[in-house]
Amino acid sequence: MSVKVSMKVNGKAVSGEVEERTLLVTFIRELLRLTGTHVGCDTAQCGACTVSMNGAAVKSCSMLAMQAEGADITTIEGVAAADGTLHPMQAAFKEHHGLQCGFCTPGMVMNAIDFAKKHPGASEHEVREALEGNLCRCTGYHNIVKAIMAGSKAMAGAK
Amino acid sequence: MSASLIGARVQRKEDYRFLTGAGQYTDDVILPHQSYAAFVRSPHAHATIKSIKTDKAKKAPGVLGVYTGEDAAAAKLGGLPCGWLITDVNGQPMKEPPHPVLAQGKVRYVGDQVAVVVAETAEQARDAAELVEVNYDVLPAVVDAAKATQKGAPALHEIAPDNTCYVWALGDKAAVDAAFAKAAHVTKLEFVNNRLIPNAIEPRAANGSYNRAEDGYTLYVANQNPHVERLLMTAFVMGLPEHKVRVVAPDVGGGFGSKIFLYPEDVVVTWASRQLGRPVKWTAERSESFLTDAHGRDHHTIAEMAMDKDGKFVGMRVHTTANLGAYLSTFASAVPTILYATLLSGQYTTPLIYCEVKAVFTNTAPVDALRGAGRPEATYVVERLVETAAREMKLDPTEIRRRNFVRQFPYQTAVALQYDTGNYEATLDAALKMADVAGFAKRKEEAAKRGKLRGLGYAAYIEACGIAPSAVAGSLGARAGLFEAGEIRVHPTGSVTVFTGSHSHGQGHETTFAQVVADRLGLSVENVDIVHGDTSKVLFGMGTYGSRSIAVGGTAIMKALDKIIDKGKKIAAHLMEASEGDVEYDKGIFKVSGTDKQKAFGEIAFAAYVPHNYPHDKLEPGLNENAFYDPSNFTFPAGSYVCEVEIDPDTGQTKIVNFTAVDDFGKIINPMIVEGQVHGGLTHGIGQALTEGCRYDPDSGQLVTGSFTDYCIPRADDVPSYQLDTRETPCTHNPLGVKGCGEAGAIGAPAAVMNAITDALWSMGVKDVPMPATAQTVWKAIQNASKKAA
Ligand code: FES
Ligand code: FES
Repeated sequence: MSVKVSMKVNGKAVSGEVEERTLLVTFIRELLRLTGTHVGCDTAQCGACTVSMNGAAVKSCSMLAMQAEGADITTIEGVAAADGTLHPMQAAFKEHHGLQCGFCTPGMVMNAIDFAKKHPGASEHEVREALEGNLCRCTGYHNIVKAIMAGSKAMAGAK
Repeated sequence: MSASLIGARVQRKEDYRFLTGAGQYTDDVILPHQSYAAFVRSPHAHATIKSIKTDKAKKAPGVLGVYTGEDAAAAKLGGLPCGWLITDVNGQPMKEPPHPVLAQGKVRYVGDQVAVVVAETAEQARDAAELVEVNYDVLPAVVDAAKATQKGAPALHEIAPDNTCYVWALGDKAAVDAAFAKAAHVTKLEFVNNRLIPNAIEPRAANGSYNRAEDGYTLYVANQNPHVERLLMTAFVMGLPEHKVRVVAPDVGGGFGSKIFLYPEDVVVTWASRQLGRPVKWTAERSESFLTDAHGRDHHTIAEMAMDKDGKFVGMRVHTTANLGAYLSTFASAVPTILYATLLSGQYTTPLIYCEVKAVFTNTAPVDALRGAGRPEATYVVERLVETAAREMKLDPTEIRRRNFVRQFPYQTAVALQYDTGNYEATLDAALKMADVAGFAKRKEEAAKRGKLRGLGYAAYIEACGIAPSAVAGSLGARAGLFEAGEIRVHPTGSVTVFTGSHSHGQGHETTFAQVVADRLGLSVENVDIVHGDTSKVLFGMGTYGSRSIAVGGTAIMKALDKIIDKGKKIAAHLMEASEGDVEYDKGIFKVSGTDKQKAFGEIAFAAYVPHNYPHDKLEPGLNENAFYDPSNFTFPAGSYVCEVEIDPDTGQTKIVNFTAVDDFGKIINPMIVEGQVHGGLTHGIGQALTEGCRYDPDSGQLVTGSFTDYCIPRADDVPSYQLDTRETPCTHNPLGVKGCGEAGAIGAPAAVMNAITDALWSMGVKDVPMPATAQTVWKAIQNASKKAA
């Protein structure tokens, strides 16, 4: 059975025909061709698929496109400013070398922005715990943690 | 003149696209008329295929084609080749059983590919794959290498009835035995180097397409060495001429070795694209990655070190059984031999070493190179022995190392390698200081008051990188050269595009290599772009593995730069009416020595492309050079790691409270990137030591650890922040003085962690703890020890 879904993605109204079982991540990647959101697992553990839905980070591999009906979604493509200036969290990842192959990065950044908003001034330990659901095989997390601490600070300062 | 770019923490040129979701990984490539493949895989570890029925699947919605081993055989698709021939102790070649791209009559591990379904969508392909009916006769399976060679074990391949691929040895056994007979003390350990599943976060993917107009193929594939992939696929499997196949490895989401190899899926989608006249894409689900990515390690080893009364090493004896899995993967045979036994000298002057390796087929996924590839296994052998020997002989573990360090270079080891340079004492001293080893006793005491056990462990590793001098590799069985190629294309206005055969899948070549070129040409990094990963753009390449990119690929680029500068001097001499011999060059400026006449690099580039005033009688226009570089030796990065752990004896939980790594990578181009490589490597190594262990069910051969819930790659809260430093002895045989850094952490960390754990438990009588040292494993070790003591 195909169904129609409509939502806002990166500020634009979008809609499309999907199967009932179509995952949100498939909708984003295949139908909208926003391939910055990645798929790294099939057990909802790697976090590479993380997007923001109505202001909260969610794993788009573990929900149906239908569940996002009417939602306001931001993917990694919608994070930088319109003129291309990086969001303070993105800038912090660059400055602190918080990415290597880049595959986990979109999910890391989406989760980090959500976390920083909710937990300004978090400790290193809290940042590490917040990354429980985001796997990275390249960086050893050291610089991701540094980047998130710095990015949080920058976000707080930018307010 | 601008400050040197060599050694500068330049931020990465590639980051912007990755941070904004603009990276292009293989699965992101959607071609016109794209179709999708799903593989039917064996649910059994060992079985004969009685029949395959595909009619239901063929009729399923959206299905374009279903192919089995029969179709592959009819199309004369060859088996996957092994790139390294090992000759056994009797002078016989290793056993090379066929490795079909789709099973031929038999399956040999859970996940072995039996058929492929291609459909309009990935979901339809997966649905239809469920409808392929395969009738199996299940056979007994064996997953453990030691059991596989026992009498009566089920045989996987006709040509290897005892499941043995080869028995190989290095060293003079009689001389080593004699040294042991005279030794004052012998330390002996028996352990398993645990099997690992690579788990790059980007799953493997391949998208093949056939273009009828060109009668050629394009394969997008998540791969570390596109030219090697092409060579193996065209020459050995598909019987195609290379110029008809373009292989593109675009952005690749981590490799760690697992994306070096030619996999069956790569061939099948390429072949199927021609059958269907449509591009065919396959992307692994994570469960397929667990089942079918080539795994790593899996050694069972008995290791012995012989010492004189002062703790000087007089001999070493190692017997290893290596599990190769069900088939020989691309470089599988070289990993437990050439990349392992040759490293057993470590940082020490051990005069006599004997190593014997039995490599065995089992009903498990193929095993091949994984970050470090043989060298982590070797370092584990050496450093566990050394530390245990020190404790048994009541010597400080650093003291026994100092008594045995190599101090004269070049140093010829007993196991074929010649170290060009190093300073092992320097990295050890720096690590001791940084880790505050002097304060450890106090910290241990304080922890004891809280009921916790503290331990301190060391690892002094060495690795052979910059793989490899082709002639040496060839004499050892390599079936390919191991040089690298690079091309410098200078544009008329002086900006530069560099083409390299190295491949970046996270290492940051686009930045590091740009620094090398920009520094030499006096350009800004922004004016140098690096192109890699496409056989239609890059002249040739052997790819990235074995920490070889900067040492071999970087040197090829330096050689091409030499040619550019040589030609530039000729042009400059003409323009400035000087003799070529009088033209000096430094960072973008051509000068006539002893005068104030000079020309900038950009002016020379312009003259080369707008050759109005030009020495046409002597020179061609244009400024474009390439070079191939074949190294004269390996490089030998080395370092000292110190790990401090705290164990909760009630739960067995081990926490790494401090990890210090001091490495000698020779000259460093970009310290920020190098540190990132070390962080990643250390975490991989700590994963091996504490959390990662692949398990197959011994009876059914099912993979028990087939998801991230059962197989624990380190999370952010499993690892500490690291303390890093470097010491520098430049490599003596490449112009940059570089050695490579990508694997060091994974090589040194496991031994450091396990030495720390055994240090904490030594007084309880625990001599060895198996990896991964999970809470349960450590708790058991403590319980067993206290039972014995009682
Ligand atoms: S793809 Fe969503 S958590 Fe892994
Ligand atoms: S940067 Fe490669 S997985 Fe995180």
